[in-house]
Amino acid sequence: MDAIPYTIKPREDTGLYNGRLGIWLFLASEIMLFGALFSTYVILRLGALEWPRGASLLSVPLGTFNTVILITSSVTMVFAWVSLKERSLGKYKRYMGFTILLALLFIGVKLFLEYIPKFHHHHYPSQSTFLAIYFTLTGLHALHVLGGVLVNAYFWGPGAKMWKTEPERFTNRIEIAGLYWHFVDLVWIFLFPVLYLL
Amino acid sequence: MMQKESKKYIGVGLTLFLLTAVTVAARQLNAGIALAICIALMIAIFKGSLVASFFMHLASEKKAIYILLLSTIFLFIIMIGFILIGRVNVYEGLSHVP
Repeated sequence: MDAIPYTIKPREDTGLYNGRLGIWLFLASEIMLFGALFSTYVILRLGALEWPRGASLLSVPLGTFNTVILITSSVTMVFAWVSLKERSLGKYKRYMGFTILLALLFIGVKLFLEYIPKFHHHHYPSQSTFLAIYFTLTGLHALHVLGGVLVNAYFWGPGAKMWKTEPERFTNRIEIAGLYWHFVDLVWIFLFPVLYLL
Repeated sequence: MMQKESKKYIGVGLTLFLLTAVTVAARQLNAGIALAICIALMIAIFKGSLVASFFMHLASEKKAIYILLLSTIFLFIIMIGFILIGRVNVYEGLSHVP
Protein backbone atom coordinates (compact mmCIF):
# COMPACT_ATOMS: atom_id res chain seq x y z
CA MET A 1 0.00 0.00 0.00
CA ASP A 2 1.21 3.53 -0.82
CA ALA A 3 2.17 5.66 2.17
CA ILE A 4 0.50 8.65 0.52
CA PRO A 5 -2.62 7.91 -1.53
CA TYR A 6 -3.81 9.78 -4.62
CA THR A 7 -0.40 10.87 -5.89
CA ILE A 8 -1.39 9.76 -9.41
CA LYS A 9 -5.02 8.72 -9.33
CA PRO A 10 -7.52 11.55 -8.73
CA ARG A 11 -9.73 11.40 -5.64
CA GLU A 12 -13.38 10.61 -6.35
CA ASP A 13 -14.72 13.64 -4.45
CA THR A 14 -12.46 16.41 -5.79
CA GLY A 15 -11.45 14.90 -9.12
CA LEU A 16 -7.88 15.98 -8.32
CA TYR A 17 -4.76 14.18 -7.16
CA ASN A 18 -3.63 15.41 -3.73
CA GLY A 19 -0.59 17.36 -4.86
CA ARG A 20 -2.64 19.47 -7.26
CA LEU A 21 -5.19 20.43 -4.60
CA GLY A 22 -2.30 21.09 -2.20
CA ILE A 23 -0.46 23.48 -4.51
CA TRP A 24 -3.67 25.42 -5.23
CA LEU A 25 -4.27 25.77 -1.46
CA PHE A 26 -0.70 27.07 -1.13
CA LEU A 27 -1.20 29.46 -4.08
CA ALA A 28 -4.41 30.74 -2.44
CA SER A 29 -2.34 31.68 0.64
CA GLU A 30 0.19 33.34 -1.68
CA ILE A 31 -2.60 35.39 -3.31
CA MET A 32 -3.49 36.69 0.18
CA LEU A 33 0.18 37.46 0.95
CA PHE A 34 0.91 39.40 -2.25
CA GLY A 35 -2.63 40.84 -2.22
CA ALA A 36 -1.98 42.33 1.22
CA LEU A 37 1.26 43.88 0.00
CA PHE A 38 -0.36 45.26 -3.17
CA SER A 39 -3.09 46.76 -0.95
CA THR A 40 -0.36 48.29 1.22
CA TYR A 41 1.12 49.85 -1.92
CA VAL A 42 -2.26 51.33 -2.93
CA ILE A 43 -2.94 52.71 0.57
CA LEU A 44 0.56 54.22 0.85
CA ARG A 45 0.32 55.75 -2.62
CA LEU A 46 -3.16 57.20 -2.02
CA GLY A 47 -2.00 58.67 1.27
CA ALA A 48 1.25 60.15 -0.03
CA LEU A 49 1.54 63.87 -0.72
CA GLU A 50 4.05 63.11 -3.49
CA TRP A 51 4.82 59.85 -5.25
CA PRO A 52 7.70 59.45 -7.73
CA ARG A 53 7.08 57.95 -11.19
CA GLY A 54 8.79 54.54 -11.06
CA ALA A 55 10.86 55.35 -14.15
CA SER A 56 12.54 58.26 -12.37
CA LEU A 57 14.19 55.88 -9.88
CA LEU A 58 14.10 52.50 -11.63
CA SER A 59 15.41 51.27 -14.99
CA VAL A 60 12.50 50.49 -17.33
CA PRO A 61 14.74 48.63 -19.86
CA LEU A 62 16.00 46.31 -17.08
CA GLY A 63 12.46 45.77 -15.79
CA THR A 64 11.27 45.01 -19.35
CA PHE A 65 14.21 42.64 -19.87
CA ASN A 66 13.37 40.77 -16.67
CA THR A 67 9.70 40.57 -17.72
CA VAL A 68 10.72 38.96 -21.02
CA ILE A 69 13.03 36.57 -19.10
CA LEU A 70 10.25 35.42 -16.76
CA ILE A 71 7.68 35.01 -19.56
CA THR A 72 10.24 32.96 -21.55
CA SER A 73 10.90 30.82 -18.46
CA SER A 74 7.15 30.20 -18.08
CA VAL A 75 7.06 28.97 -21.70
CA THR A 76 10.08 26.67 -21.18
CA MET A 77 8.53 25.39 -17.91
CA VAL A 78 5.28 24.42 -19.62
CA PHE A 79 7.30 22.71 -22.37
CA ALA A 80 9.23 20.76 -19.72
CA TRP A 81 5.88 19.33 -18.59
CA VAL A 82 4.73 18.74 -22.20
CA SER A 83 8.01 16.83 -22.83
CA LEU A 84 7.21 14.43 -20.00
CA LYS A 85 3.68 13.95 -21.37
CA GLU A 86 5.42 13.01 -24.65
CA ARG A 87 7.64 10.58 -22.68
CA SER A 88 10.89 12.37 -23.50
CA LEU A 89 13.17 12.81 -20.47
CA GLY A 90 15.93 14.31 -22.64
CA LYS A 91 13.71 17.14 -23.87
CA TYR A 92 12.41 17.66 -20.35
CA LYS A 93 15.96 18.09 -19.04
CA ARG A 94 16.72 20.68 -21.74
CA TYR A 95 13.59 22.74 -21.09
CA MET A 96 13.92 22.53 -17.31
CA GLY A 97 17.62 23.46 -17.62
CA PHE A 98 16.64 26.56 -19.64
CA THR A 99 14.00 27.45 -17.04
CA ILE A 100 16.58 27.31 -14.24
CA LEU A 101 19.13 29.36 -16.22
CA LEU A 102 16.53 32.01 -17.05
CA ALA A 103 15.51 32.22 -13.39
CA LEU A 104 19.17 32.65 -12.35
CA LEU A 105 19.53 35.37 -15.01
CA PHE A 106 16.47 37.13 -13.54
CA ILE A 107 17.99 37.03 -10.04
CA GLY A 108 21.38 38.14 -11.40
CA VAL A 109 19.86 41.19 -13.14
CA LYS A 110 17.85 42.03 -10.04
CA LEU A 111 20.81 41.73 -7.69
CA PHE A 112 23.80 43.00 -9.67
CA LEU A 113 22.18 45.53 -12.04
CA GLU A 114 19.37 46.85 -9.87
CA TYR A 115 19.83 46.34 -6.10
CA ILE A 116 23.61 46.77 -5.74
CA PRO A 117 23.84 49.93 -7.95
CA LYS A 118 20.94 51.39 -5.92
CA PHE A 119 22.80 50.73 -2.68
CA HIS A 120 25.90 52.39 -4.21
CA HIS A 121 23.74 55.46 -4.87
CA HIS A 122 22.48 55.30 -1.26
CA HIS A 123 18.95 54.34 -2.31
CA TYR A 124 17.87 52.27 0.69
CA PRO A 125 14.40 51.11 1.81
CA SER A 126 14.61 53.61 4.68
CA GLN A 127 15.03 56.54 2.28
CA SER A 128 11.44 56.83 1.05
CA THR A 129 8.06 55.10 1.17
CA PHE A 130 8.37 54.25 -2.55
CA LEU A 131 11.76 52.55 -2.07
CA ALA A 132 10.50 50.74 1.04
CA ILE A 133 7.57 49.18 -0.83
CA TYR A 134 9.73 48.58 -3.94
CA PHE A 135 12.35 46.60 -2.00
CA THR A 136 9.68 44.74 0.01
CA LEU A 137 7.65 43.66 -3.03
CA THR A 138 10.55 42.85 -5.37
CA GLY A 139 12.61 41.30 -2.55
CA LEU A 140 9.80 38.95 -1.57
CA HIS A 141 9.23 38.11 -5.24
CA ALA A 142 12.95 37.44 -5.77
CA LEU A 143 12.88 35.04 -2.78
CA HIS A 144 10.00 33.21 -4.47
CA VAL A 145 12.08 32.99 -7.68
CA LEU A 146 14.98 31.59 -5.64
CA GLY A 147 12.65 29.02 -4.04
CA GLY A 148 11.45 28.01 -7.51
CA VAL A 149 15.07 27.61 -8.69
CA LEU A 150 15.84 25.27 -5.77
CA VAL A 151 12.77 23.11 -6.42
CA ASN A 152 13.32 23.03 -10.20
CA ALA A 153 17.03 22.27 -9.76
CA TYR A 154 16.10 19.30 -7.55
CA PHE A 155 13.68 17.98 -10.18
CA TRP A 156 16.26 18.57 -12.92
CA GLY A 157 18.94 16.67 -10.96
CA PRO A 158 18.42 14.03 -8.22
CA GLY A 159 14.61 14.25 -8.24
CA ALA A 160 14.49 13.11 -11.89
CA LYS A 161 15.38 9.56 -10.78
CA MET A 162 11.68 9.07 -10.07
CA TRP A 163 11.05 9.07 -13.84
CA LYS A 164 12.51 5.53 -14.05
CA THR A 165 10.24 4.07 -11.36
CA GLU A 166 7.10 6.26 -11.34
CA PRO A 167 6.90 8.35 -14.52
CA GLU A 168 3.29 9.50 -14.00
CA ARG A 169 3.97 10.63 -10.45
CA PHE A 170 7.06 12.52 -11.63
CA THR A 171 5.04 14.20 -14.41
CA ASN A 172 2.51 15.32 -11.78
CA ARG A 173 5.32 16.73 -9.65
CA ILE A 174 6.54 18.82 -12.59
CA GLU A 175 2.99 20.04 -13.22
CA ILE A 176 2.84 21.19 -9.57
CA ALA A 177 6.26 22.88 -9.78
CA GLY A 178 5.03 24.52 -13.00
CA LEU A 179 1.89 25.88 -11.33
CA TYR A 180 4.08 27.53 -8.69
CA TRP A 181 6.45 28.88 -11.34
CA HIS A 182 3.63 30.39 -13.44
CA PHE A 183 2.26 32.04 -10.30
CA VAL A 184 5.66 33.68 -9.71
CA ASP A 185 5.53 34.92 -13.33
CA LEU A 186 1.96 36.17 -12.83
CA VAL A 187 2.96 38.22 -9.77
CA TRP A 188 5.79 39.86 -11.75
CA ILE A 189 3.33 40.71 -14.56
CA PHE A 190 1.56 42.97 -12.03
CA LEU A 191 4.68 44.18 -10.20
CA PHE A 192 6.38 45.46 -13.35
CA PRO A 193 3.82 48.08 -14.46
CA VAL A 194 2.87 49.04 -10.89
CA LEU A 195 6.43 49.76 -9.76
CA TYR A 196 8.33 50.64 -12.94
CA LEU A 197 5.79 52.38 -15.18
CA LEU A 198 3.20 54.18 -13.06
CA MET B 1 -2.74 16.15 -29.20
CA MET B 2 0.38 17.49 -27.45
CA GLN B 3 1.48 19.16 -30.71
CA LYS B 4 -1.74 21.20 -30.68
CA GLU B 5 -1.10 22.05 -27.01
CA SER B 6 2.46 23.14 -27.86
CA LYS B 7 1.21 25.53 -30.56
CA LYS B 8 -1.25 27.01 -28.05
CA TYR B 9 1.53 27.61 -25.50
CA ILE B 10 3.75 29.27 -28.11
CA GLY B 11 0.81 31.50 -29.13
CA VAL B 12 0.21 32.51 -25.50
CA GLY B 13 3.94 33.23 -25.01
CA LEU B 14 4.08 35.44 -28.13
CA THR B 15 0.94 37.33 -27.04
CA LEU B 16 2.54 37.96 -23.63
CA PHE B 17 5.69 39.37 -25.28
CA LEU B 18 3.56 41.60 -27.53
CA LEU B 19 1.49 42.88 -24.60
CA THR B 20 4.68 43.64 -22.63
CA ALA B 21 5.84 45.79 -25.56
CA VAL B 22 2.42 47.51 -25.66
CA THR B 23 2.60 48.22 -21.89
CA VAL B 24 6.02 49.85 -22.22
CA ALA B 25 5.01 51.77 -25.38
CA ALA B 26 1.81 53.06 -23.71
CA ARG B 27 4.03 54.82 -21.16
CA GLN B 28 5.34 57.07 -23.96
CA LEU B 29 1.83 58.40 -24.68
CA ASN B 30 2.15 60.85 -21.77
CA ALA B 31 -1.50 60.27 -20.91
CA GLY B 32 -2.75 61.46 -17.53
CA ILE B 33 -1.81 59.30 -14.54
CA ALA B 34 -5.38 57.98 -14.14
CA LEU B 35 -5.52 56.85 -17.79
CA ALA B 36 -1.98 55.42 -17.60
CA ILE B 37 -2.92 53.37 -14.52
CA CYS B 38 -6.10 52.11 -16.25
CA ILE B 39 -4.23 51.08 -19.44
CA ALA B 40 -1.34 49.40 -17.57
CA LEU B 41 -3.62 47.52 -15.17
CA MET B 42 -6.01 46.38 -17.91
CA ILE B 43 -3.10 44.95 -19.92
CA ALA B 44 -1.65 43.35 -16.75
CA ILE B 45 -5.04 41.75 -15.92
CA PHE B 46 -5.32 40.40 -19.49
CA LYS B 47 -1.75 39.04 -19.38
CA GLY B 48 -2.37 37.51 -15.95
CA SER B 49 -5.57 35.84 -17.15
CA LEU B 50 -3.68 34.35 -20.12
CA VAL B 51 -1.05 32.86 -17.80
CA ALA B 52 -3.69 31.55 -15.38
CA SER B 53 -6.04 30.19 -18.08
CA PHE B 54 -3.51 28.42 -20.29
CA PHE B 55 -0.17 27.89 -18.51
CA MET B 56 -1.91 27.09 -15.20
CA HIS B 57 -4.78 25.26 -16.97
CA LEU B 58 -7.47 27.22 -15.12
CA ALA B 59 -9.58 27.30 -18.29
CA SER B 60 -10.21 23.56 -17.87
CA GLU B 61 -9.81 23.06 -14.12
CA LYS B 62 -11.95 21.05 -11.71
CA LYS B 63 -14.84 22.58 -9.74
CA ALA B 64 -12.98 22.22 -6.41
CA ILE B 65 -10.25 24.61 -7.62
CA TYR B 66 -12.81 27.19 -8.78
CA ILE B 67 -14.51 27.05 -5.36
CA LEU B 68 -11.14 27.43 -3.65
CA LEU B 69 -10.16 30.45 -5.77
CA LEU B 70 -13.55 32.14 -5.45
CA SER B 71 -13.30 31.74 -1.66
CA THR B 72 -9.84 33.33 -1.78
CA ILE B 73 -11.14 36.28 -3.82
CA PHE B 74 -14.06 36.68 -1.38
CA LEU B 75 -11.67 36.74 1.63
CA PHE B 76 -9.36 39.12 -0.23
CA ILE B 77 -12.26 41.55 -0.82
CA ILE B 78 -13.13 41.41 2.90
CA MET B 79 -9.48 42.17 3.75
CA ILE B 80 -9.41 45.15 1.35
CA GLY B 81 -12.74 46.32 2.80
CA PHE B 82 -11.30 46.39 6.34
CA ILE B 83 -8.21 48.26 5.10
CA LEU B 84 -10.35 50.86 3.32
CA ILE B 85 -12.58 51.29 6.38
CA GLY B 86 -9.43 51.85 8.42
CA ARG B 87 -8.25 54.46 5.93
CA VAL B 88 -11.50 56.43 6.05
CA ASN B 89 -11.67 56.36 9.83
CA VAL B 90 -8.43 58.22 10.71
CA TYR B 91 -7.71 61.54 12.38
CA GLU B 92 -7.09 64.57 10.19
CA GLY B 93 -3.32 64.93 9.90
CA LEU B 94 -2.73 61.18 9.93
CA SER B 95 -4.28 60.71 6.51
CA HIS B 96 -1.02 61.43 4.66
CA VAL B 97 2.10 59.29 4.71
CA PRO B 98 5.29 61.38 4.91
